[in-house]
Amino acid sequence: MADTAAPAIPPREGALARASDALWRRPRLLLAMLLLPPVLWLGVIYLGALFALLAQSFFSIDEFTGLIRYQLTLKTYRELLTPANSDIILRTVMTAALVTLACAVIAFPIAYFAARYARGRWKAVFYLGVMLPLWSSYLVKVYSWKLILAKEGILNWALTELRLSWLLEAYLDLPVVGGNSLSTSPTGTFLVFVYVWLPFMILPVQAALERVPVSMLEASGDLGAHPAQTFRHVLLPLAMPGVIAGSIFTFSLTLGDYIIPQIVGTSARFIGQAVYQHQGTAGNIPLAAAFAVVPILIMGLYLWWAKRQGAFDAL
Amino acid sequence: MPAAVEFVNVSRHFGAVRAVDAVSVEIAAGEFFALLGPSGSGKTTCLRLIAGFEQPTRGEVRIFGESMVGVPPYRRAVNTVFQDYALFPHLNVIDNVAYGLRVAGKGAAERRREAEAALELVQLPGYGGRRPSELSGGQRQRVALARALVMKPRVLLLDEPLGALDLKLREQMQEELKALQRKVGITFVFVTHDQGEALSMADRIAVFNDGRIEQVGTPDEVYNRPAKPFVADFVGSSNVLPPEVTDTIAGRQAWASLRPEAIRLVARGHPARVVATAFLGTATRLHLEMAGRDLTALVPRGAEVPRPGQTVEIGWGEGDLHLMEGP
Repeated sequence: MADTAAPAIPPREGALARASDALWRRPRLLLAMLLLPPVLWLGVIYLGALFALLAQSFFSIDEFTGLIRYQLTLKTYRELLTPANSDIILRTVMTAALVTLACAVIAFPIAYFAARYARGRWKAVFYLGVMLPLWSSYLVKVYSWKLILAKEGILNWALTELRLSWLLEAYLDLPVVGGNSLSTSPTGTFLVFVYVWLPFMILPVQAALERVPVSMLEASGDLGAHPAQTFRHVLLPLAMPGVIAGSIFTFSLTLGDYIIPQIVGTSARFIGQAVYQHQGTAGNIPLAAAFAVVPILIMGLYLWWAKRQGAFDAL
Repeated sequence: MPAAVEFVNVSRHFGAVRAVDAVSVEIAAGEFFALLGPSGSGKTTCLRLIAGFEQPTRGEVRIFGESMVGVPPYRRAVNTVFQDYALFPHLNVIDNVAYGLRVAGKGAAERRREAEAALELVQLPGYGGRRPSELSGGQRQRVALARALVMKPRVLLLDEPLGALDLKLREQMQEELKALQRKVGITFVFVTHDQGEALSMADRIAVFNDGRIEQVGTPDEVYNRPAKPFVADFVGSSNVLPPEVTDTIAGRQAWASLRPEAIRLVARGHPARVVATAFLGTATRLHLEMAGRDLTALVPRGAEVPRPGQTVEIGWGEGDLHLMEGP
């Protein structure tokens, strides 16, 4: 039997109760309180610092005194176009593009397996397998790759045992990709980049594939599309937002990294190394800033192109 | 002419679960055929076996006499309207409808013409430029229908085609689907858990229970002459009487089915106590207790309704007590 004497509003006293009641009546106030700190951080400190840096790129350095001249000029950007600098940009962008492509190709089957077939324990194994490399130090990973790829390393040893070292030597003799050993070749840099950024491709692709209903793939097959056509016309377009999200990670991380090419690879520099040296050793902040603008510009162009290609149509 | 679809002793087991268990049935060409049953009874698995999304563990599915063993879905002249419609969100309506023609390699002009014609057939002319997300549930269903029909399938499969629609639209679509089937002359096989839908639309119904077919027959047969207690209970919630009860009231040792609407309040009959009543609009349902058994009866609109606790006398016509085999 219901207690007819009980009040319709059970009593609750105290400042906290009054505060939560007041916020319940003004949901916008709560939203503002929650959003204000991150917006201030993002807007003022984060973007502000970025724009301060970018503004530097429109100043120039005085060759004689080495001091920064605070006059707006495009002189620094012209400097980017000198063969030595444009070479760095081209090398970095090409590597980033190849790394992204390789990551996408390797990540897709793994992500597909995880999204479609892995259940329960296997799902846990998948996440552990993908995330585990992220738990160890970045530097340790890069140095261990140097050990794997070095002339005295595991890979060379294994190939020698298999009597296949001639294959590696023939490859290293190739122009552009080859070198003294894998650890001092552009191929080595590429391999380590792919390894280090792969999780950042797998996870968004897996999330995108997870949202593709099985019935969508069945419908495609039902309408007469063989598996390759289903992949091309349904699965890939629907997974594209995930691939693009992953490629933003792999592409921009490669564009900005300055440690991997320093440890594994040739002495030829990447954008990240150029920024590091110009702002640090050389004290040429304007040129460092101009170099920093390049990845931002490229990413902007890339996203614009991806949108035009309809990569976000499935969102 | 071979049957449009033939199940020859087909089983589909998932581990220890027998989703479909030794099913044999023939669906004639041009028929509007319903697979009716509660969820988990194996009806959807049977549909997927025809489409090719599942392969039988044992037995064989034949379509127009051809064995489908080892034939993938994309090689079968069968198309499906999915329960969730499964429209491609990245394509607009016309590209969705033309998808099958596109992967078959038809030219742009030809597939556009055929897709437009299919949209006209489902009464959505001029909707080609829209996105599936801009359509209502009923419109999406028509697009899914057009996408399947444009392929001119030998058999069209529909998985709970009206499940997601509201009542009014559902009744309208029932009639439209039936008219459409007569117009295109394709064999329709549809899955439903709604006995009213199966009765009103299908030429014949297969009633599923626990992976097996309990009865195949016309709506009239299934409703009026159920073969087994499950069919009597599932189709139209009949009163199922075990042999000992039938013996006491009719002197026959057999299971029997007594439709609620067949029970009438009479001056002299079998005494029963009214436990509860429920107003349904067109009638009032009585929950009765007779000799320790629960019974349901329907009092038509306008007739006097007894009150709970009252004792009434009930009776039924000679042919209303339908005898059937045991479960």
